[in-house]
Amino acid sequence: MRTIDVNEITKNIKEMCIEANHYLSKDMDIAMKKATESEEAPLGKQILNQLQENLKIAVEDMIPICQDTGMAVIFLEVGQDVHIEGGDLEKAINEGVRQGYVEGFLRKSVVGDPIIRKNTKDNTPAVIHYSIVKGDKVKIKVAPKGFGSENMSRVFMLKPADGIEGVKNAILTAVKDAGPNACPPMVVGVGVGGTFEKCALMAKEALTREVGTHSDIPWVKDLEEEMLEEINNLGIGPGGLGGTTTALAVNVNTYPTHIAGLPVGINICCHVNRHIIREV
Amino acid sequence: MDKHITAPITKEVSRTLCAGDYIYITGTIYTARDAAHKRMDEALAKGESLPIDIVDQAIYYMGPSLAREGRPIGSAGPTTASRMDRYAPKLLDLGLTAMIGKGKRSPEVLDAIVRNGSVYLAAVGGAGALLSKCIKSSEVVAYDDLGTEAIRKLEVENFPVIVVADCEGNNLYETAIKEYQR
Repeated sequence: MRTIDVNEITKNIKEMCIEANHYLSKDMDIAMKKATESEEAPLGKQILNQLQENLKIAVEDMIPICQDTGMAVIFLEVGQDVHIEGGDLEKAINEGVRQGYVEGFLRKSVVGDPIIRKNTKDNTPAVIHYSIVKGDKVKIKVAPKGFGSENMSRVFMLKPADGIEGVKNAILTAVKDAGPNACPPMVVGVGVGGTFEKCALMAKEALTREVGTHSDIPWVKDLEEEMLEEINNLGIGPGGLGGTTTALAVNVNTYPTHIAGLPVGINICCHVNRHIIREV
Repeated sequence: MDKHITAPITKEVSRTLCAGDYIYITGTIYTARDAAHKRMDEALAKGESLPIDIVDQAIYYMGPSLAREGRPIGSAGPTTASRMDRYAPKLLDLGLTAMIGKGKRSPEVLDAIVRNGSVYLAAVGGAGALLSKCIKSSEVVAYDDLGTEAIRKLEVENFPVIVVADCEGNNLYETAIKEYQR
């Protein structure tokens, strides 16, 4: 049994919130540079160049890449041989978010009640997804999510007869509807299977998978590649103003499902696709 | 076509802007997003006046992150404009000239643009750090309690935007995509 102090969790989450909002992750950086090279539309290329300049300013002047510094989504994979001590884990996670958003000059975008809508002024609470895994480590994934793209995300409860063509249609429909609203070039996270909530959660977690990597399942890898090509043939382009780069990646996760269903969740993310992973 | 304009923006100027033009704005603009629009709408419904004179003005749909010491503003890119669609036609009819944001607009907003000779401009979504460099000063002028959603008066210099919807009814989001569809 390994012991981890909750303060360790707080400290890491604080740093990760600040880092994710100022530095593009390496996989996204490679994908964005490649897109800037290959974009065929003159206006599209100009926009991608502006985004490169934006990333440079963000790091040099410590100005967040985007003013929507997101709602903090946190995946915590806790090893079953870990004992967490020193306080309440959930409080420690939210304290990390609070410190990161207050001390990092990040925007406070969370309201305490969806109808009353009073700002909590420290960007808490986070949306936290726990899982218990093998081992004696804690893996923390921090993915602050902006709502320009979150609002364009969808769940489709398809019928088994809809099959793979139904899944493809669902993905293309969501991307077409998102268009310029989701700040393209986008990353598309997809969850196929499970239940209503499972497919949405898989779609969210798919966004944290390194851009440029593919599923180990042959049909899923094929789907990822085919969908990326088809999405880029839509012509939406950078900023939705036309071009050959509409998405940088399509990441698909799958899970067994019920004999009567084919749930598909599509979580759309912008060209920043903030995600950081650390192991404690 | 690249154009330089000053804000406030008169109808005489907005009528010359065409979908696809690349515009640099210098002058005074105001910010307002969801919560500020809701309050302005409630004020109008009660017969009260708006907290700012919107005639010939440009509203930037934006809520900034916090400014670090010595800077006028934090990250300051556009938010999705469609959330303001239910309020925009009324403001356009009252004399608002320009809206700056990102994303599609409703047919009602596009009609109000044509009817009033106004314009919808897109700033690049997710370029908040770059755009903050074009903002020289920022002052909260109404609804201070709304935090990032308060109405701010901004002085901008060569603030880059692209004309998406013009008073002739052209919509760049519709036309530009067709050019690159395969």
